[in-house]
Amino acid sequence: MRIEVFNYGAGNLFSIQAALRKEGAQTALTKDGKRLDEADALVLPGVGSFNPAAKMLPMQKILDAVDSGKPLLGVCLGLQLFLKKSEEGPGKGLSLFPGEVKKFRSSEVKVPQIGWNTLAVTRESPLTDGLDEESWVYYVNSYYPETKGKWVVATSKYGVEFPALVSAKNVHGTQFHPEKSGKAGSRVLQNFLRTVKR
Amino acid sequence: MTLAKRIVPCLDVKAGRVVKGVKFEGLRDAGDPLELSSRYRDEGADEVVFLDITASLEKRATMRSLVRSVAASLDIPFTVGGGIRTMSDARLALASGADKVAVNTAALRNPELITKLADVFGSQCVVVAIDAKRAKGGYQVFSHSATRSASVDAVEWARKAAELGAGELLVTSIDRDGTKIGYDIKLLKSITEKVRIPVIASGGAGTLEHFLEALVDGGCDAALAASLFHYRELTVKQVKDYLAANGVVIRP
Repeated sequence: MRIEVFNYGAGNLFSIQAALRKEGAQTALTKDGKRLDEADALVLPGVGSFNPAAKMLPMQKILDAVDSGKPLLGVCLGLQLFLKKSEEGPGKGLSLFPGEVKKFRSSEVKVPQIGWNTLAVTRESPLTDGLDEESWVYYVNSYYPETKGKWVVATSKYGVEFPALVSAKNVHGTQFHPEKSGKAGSRVLQNFLRTVKR
Repeated sequence: MTLAKRIVPCLDVKAGRVVKGVKFEGLRDAGDPLELSSRYRDEGADEVVFLDITASLEKRATMRSLVRSVAASLDIPFTVGGGIRTMSDARLALASGADKVAVNTAALRNPELITKLADVFGSQCVVVAIDAKRAKGGYQVFSHSATRSASVDAVEWARKAAELGAGELLVTSIDRDGTKIGYDIKLLKSITEKVRIPVIASGGAGTLEHFLEALVDGGCDAALAASLFHYRELTVKQVKDYLAANGVVIRP
């Protein structure tokens, strides 16, 4: 199984690849998605900020791959890019789900959210399969995807209740970092890989 | 809604081995970094800090490959510090699998480094480590592994580091380091009262109660310990069970 991981930022691309490899996938970094046809699935990792990422990514190629049925996993910013726009900057997202990306505003919480928070599964889906009712996952984010609908399959609370996991057909996203979330995170990655045709 | 308080084992690494001393001196061997980090992950550690205390530059390449192996084996956040002086040092650490970098001496010499790191990698990536020693009328910051006074007040420096873009502070009491007599709660409290970013308590952990004091009385978001865990005097799990029993939100 070959997974293309998009390289569009300055942060840690090592961990998501190491985590996918640990679950048995082969990974390759790509900037332009040139070899997307040969990939079995795509991952948009969670590094960088909205506008530069939206500019740098080959958005049409990603949309075409999604249309062709290839599984896509977005992590953190990667998930935020599924929406149309973000308060973080001007760029245009993929518009795979309605809604927009908002900044945490509550005065009761520190921004960014950095640390372990609980995940409440709200709907059964391939991605939440086998997760405990209350799982702990690791977050590093100032923004969250504000979207409502049956694609939201788990939520967390941080000042507001926000989507933690979205999943619809072949498009999946986590606002937390599954590669840094211990057992629960590795379960989600395994679940994603199980949706990938071999 | 509240994030869990974190328990953070710390590996001080020299020449490929974990070492630990008392008050930054008299280092002795404490084990293999990979073995220890895996054990801590299995015991429920929320994060691991890896401090490269190798002085010489030529050893750095070996250290990078060690950082990579530790990072590959961990599925929890991982902070790397020690000898990070430039943007490219930080970039290398992140490329080797670190989630955050900790800066200390270089940030004291060149505070703008904190802002530059935060601009490029995001504040969440930037931990400013502060080694503080009790002095007349407060606490003084020391650099170069606690050997040189930086002639700056610890609380003042903490406030400034946060303002410059630090995402987190790692506050070590030099007087308490390795002594097991308890964290310096007065030091920690004076800092957590002044900044809005997470603070990691370090230096002095010896008993279960010490962790509770740092997180409750000290107002810290995380508590770090080294020798206590290395020599199995307490396990991460014991600490977390104790905290949970005392009403602290932790990740079980």
